[in-house]
Amino acid sequence: MICVVIKPLTGNYAVAWAVKLGRVRVVSAYPITPQTTIVEKISEFVEKGEMDARIIRVESEHSALAAVYGAASGGVRAFTATSSHGLMYMSEMLWWVAGARVPLVMAIVTRTMGPPWNIWTDHSDFLSQRDTGWLMMFAEHNQEVLDSIIQLFKITEDPRVFLPGMVALDAFILSHTTEPVDIPGQSLVDSFLPERRQPYVFRAGEPITMGNIPSNLKEHMKMRWDIHKSLEAAKKVIAEVDQEWSKLTGRSYGGLIDCYRCSDAKYFIVGAGAWVGDMREATELLRSEGYEVGLIKMRYVRPFPSEELASVLRNAKGVVVFDRAVSPGSAGPMYLDVVTHLTEQNVRVPIKNVLAGLAGVDVTYEDIAGIVKSFINELESKGAISRYIEWYFG
Amino acid sequence: MSEETHVLPLAKPKEGLSQTGTWRVRKPVIDHSKCVKCMMCWLHCPESTIDVIDTPEKFVEIDYEYCKGCGVCANVCPVKAISMVPEG
Repeated sequence: MICVVIKPLTGNYAVAWAVKLGRVRVVSAYPITPQTTIVEKISEFVEKGEMDARIIRVESEHSALAAVYGAASGGVRAFTATSSHGLMYMSEMLWWVAGARVPLVMAIVTRTMGPPWNIWTDHSDFLSQRDTGWLMMFAEHNQEVLDSIIQLFKITEDPRVFLPGMVALDAFILSHTTEPVDIPGQSLVDSFLPERRQPYVFRAGEPITMGNIPSNLKEHMKMRWDIHKSLEAAKKVIAEVDQEWSKLTGRSYGGLIDCYRCSDAKYFIVGAGAWVGDMREATELLRSEGYEVGLIKMRYVRPFPSEELASVLRNAKGVVVFDRAVSPGSAGPMYLDVVTHLTEQNVRVPIKNVLAGLAGVDVTYEDIAGIVKSFINELESKGAISRYIEWYFG
Repeated sequence: MSEETHVLPLAKPKEGLSQTGTWRVRKPVIDHSKCVKCMMCWLHCPESTIDVIDTPEKFVEIDYEYCKGCGVCANVCPVKAISMVPEG
C-alpha cells in the first residue's frame, strides 16, 4: 500500500523536504533571494533534531559550493542551493565539482541576471552553466521539484554517472507558490536510495591528490571526454530511475522528456520549466480550435535528449522552441541544442525560436497559443517562415 | 565493468616524487647552537619541510628534498639562527 501524505508546500520547502528525506549530512549556502527559504527550512529541520546534518555558514556562494564539495569528497551526501548572481559567483567551483567527479546535488531557483537588479524568473542563470559537466534538469511543479531532487541523489551517485546535478525551479512561480505535494515516507525513500557511492573518498592516512597538472595533456582531454560519455550514459540511468520511482509512488515524468498530446500531433511546442504548465493550457486551447499541436517538455537539458526528441519529431511539420534565456548575438540556448541535435539525428523540420518571458516578463497561455497559431498559419499558407528567431515582448 | 571506469584527475603522492628542493636558489642553514626551540620556523614553513626531531645535536631538521628555499624560516627566527646560503 502506498501511504500518501499531501501537504501544501512551496517549491523551496519541497526542496528542503527532499533534502531531508535524502538524508543529506552536510548543507552549506549563502542567502540570496529567492533561494533563501530552502536553507532556512533545512536549518529548522536540523535545529528541531528532525534531520541529522551539519550546516556550514560561509561568506559567499563560491565558498558554499567549495564547502559541500569538500564534504562530498569526504564521503557524505551534501547539498547547496543558489540563484542568479550567486550561481555566477559559484561558477568556478561548478567546474571543480564536475571535473573531480564528485556526486553532489544543488537546487537553482532560476532568477534573471542583472543589471538592472531583478528578482523574477528567467533561465539565463541556469542555462549559462551548461558547459560545466553537471546534469541539469527543469521542474515544472513543486511535486516534480521534490521527486526530482530525490531521484537526482540516485542518478548522480550511480557508478555509470558519478557527476553532480542540479534542479532548476522558477523563482516565485514555483519557489514561493504553495501547491499540494505528496511527501513520500522516509522508509520509501530509504528503500529507493542506496548507500552513498562515489568514485573515491578522501580519508585521513590515505593521501591522494585531486587535480594535479597532468604530465600528459591527452589525459586531461580524456577526462572531458569521459564527462561527456558519462552524461550520455546518464540518459539510461535517468529513464531507469524514473521507472523505479514510478513503481514506488505512481508518479512518472517520462525520464528525459515528457510528451503531452504528442501521438497525433503535427506541430510541436518545446519548453522547459514552470511555464510548461501554461504550454499545456495553450495546447488545449489550440486543440479546441482544431490545431494539431503537441507539447514536449524538456526535463533534462544535460544530458541533452537528442534521440528522444528525434523520435517524437521525426515526422513533425513544424516546431516552436520557447527559450526564457538568450545567448546575445546568437539565439536561445535550448534552440541551439534542439537544432544541433535534430540535425545530428537527421531530422529535417522548420524550427522556430521564440525568446519570451526574459526578465520575468509575464507570458500567458493565450500568448503562447497566439504565437504558435501564427507560426502554423504562416507555415501552412506560405510553406515557409520569414523569421526563425523572434523576440516576443507580449 | 568498463562503463563504471572513469578517467579521474587523481594522483597518489609518494615520497621521493616531485622533489621541489631542486627549485631552491638559496638554502636555509641552521646554527643549532643559537636555536632556542621556539618552533617558529616549524610553524611558519609553508611546505612543512621542517621537522622537530629533538636530539641532543639539533632540535629541528630541514628536509632539503622538498625545501624550496623561500626564506620564511630565516625571517621568523627570533634569534637569527637561520641564514640563507646561495646554492652552489
